[in-house]
Amino acid sequence: MVLSEEAPVGENCMVRNEWICPEYLTSRSDLLADALVQHVWITVVSVVIGLVIALPLALLARRYPKLEGAVVGTTTAIYTIPSLALFALLVPVSGLSAGTVVTGLALYSLTILVRYIVEGLHAVPADVVEAAQGMGYGARRLLWTVELPLALPSVMAGLRVAAVSTVALTTVGSIVSYGGLGNLLLEAVNTQFKPQVLTASVLCVLLAFAFDLLIVVSQRLMTPWARARTV
Amino acid sequence: MLDVLRGVVDWFQDPSNWQGEEGLTNRLVEHLLLTGTATLVAVLLGLPIGIWLGHVGKGGLLAVNISNVGRAVPTFAVLTMLSIGPIGTDELGPYGRAGLATLISLVLFALPPVITNAYVGMREVDRDTVEAARGMGMEATQLLRRVELPLAMPLIVTGVRLAVVQVWATATIAALVAGPGLGRIITLGFRRQDVSEVVAGALVVAVIALVLEAFMALLQRSLDPVGRALRSSEGRAEGGAASPTPEPSASSG
Repeated sequence: MVLSEEAPVGENCMVRNEWICPEYLTSRSDLLADALVQHVWITVVSVVIGLVIALPLALLARRYPKLEGAVVGTTTAIYTIPSLALFALLVPVSGLSAGTVVTGLALYSLTILVRYIVEGLHAVPADVVEAAQGMGYGARRLLWTVELPLALPSVMAGLRVAAVSTVALTTVGSIVSYGGLGNLLLEAVNTQFKPQVLTASVLCVLLAFAFDLLIVVSQRLMTPWARARTV
Repeated sequence: MLDVLRGVVDWFQDPSNWQGEEGLTNRLVEHLLLTGTATLVAVLLGLPIGIWLGHVGKGGLLAVNISNVGRAVPTFAVLTMLSIGPIGTDELGPYGRAGLATLISLVLFALPPVITNAYVGMREVDRDTVEAARGMGMEATQLLRRVELPLAMPLIVTGVRLAVVQVWATATIAALVAGPGLGRIITLGFRRQDVSEVVAGALVVAVIALVLEAFMALLQRSLDPVGRALRSSEGRAEGGAASPTPEPSASSG
């Protein structure tokens, strides 16, 4: 005696095209999960690549002050280019692939991160550096055990900005079909499907806040000395 | 790669790509109109709010958080919600299809940098200078007009500069909801699978964005009284270092 648990056609909120629709969440959970997973990996890969490239660039800019202007100028220029145009310009190189979106987003992340890292390194107190040098620290050990840990708050602030902006910008990747939740938005523009638009939009914002929270928490864990001072 | 370049040059030389509603000329006019109108509205609304909050020293949490929230909300999502929602995609005179939805989202995204930077600019005016001006007998309005505003000007202009760049970028995204502006050349190219058209549209958008940014940077330099005084009195040595490095607080839509 199994009757269909679904409401008859024409009765549910999806058919009525309502913004808030629990049935959409339950019936399309697979679709939402796939889009969310794509959104997360595109964001993470882009920001990590951005960080990996930004660090040596920032060190280079610090080592050769004449380069700093060029590095900051170039990154500002890249940051100025609207995302849709940047993805479009990458299409002849990387085609309609996830690579196009990741390259573009990594470029944006890197422009944000370079500035914050340079700023963080500049803010390391000179007497701390001198003390470490006096204790016989070499350049490499100085960087990894003194300067970078002290620059960490600025680097993490940059990571927060980069991660949150990247989550938002990933949606534009839907132009080459790799936009995570943005793909659901683009699809819904054509079908005027309201529950999908609201759900995807809310998930995007929640995802951005989740990344932000994750970075704040890991910063607290990574800088126990900052916590000790405030307690 | 060379083929793409040749294709792009050919695209620009073909007069049919410049004419009609979907032509470059019309899209450029739409884009410029949208950018100008939205920036003006955002400045008229946002500057008084930011300057006033900074002057009275209240609402700092709001002024700073509004930028963080603005960054987390995707332009594309807001545009989609507005255009399939109550505002719709009706033609709005010279602003084109979905003109009103686009204008509203442009203003929404331009407001945070304008408000936050105006607020921070006003708060960062040296307190001793303000006290000194008060000691000299300046009234509140005199203080605002002759001390606080000129000293806050660099950051106020930074906010407007970020807003212009942000608005230009957001107007490009409008194409994803079949809205107005130059982004349409790019999406049209994608639909026709015409790489030359995609790249040509993107080039126009990117080059004008860079020109706008450079123009605003120049404007900012000319409006900074402290930096200008330093540059003229101390010559080249201090010129570069005196200009504050702005926070990259706009996300480029």
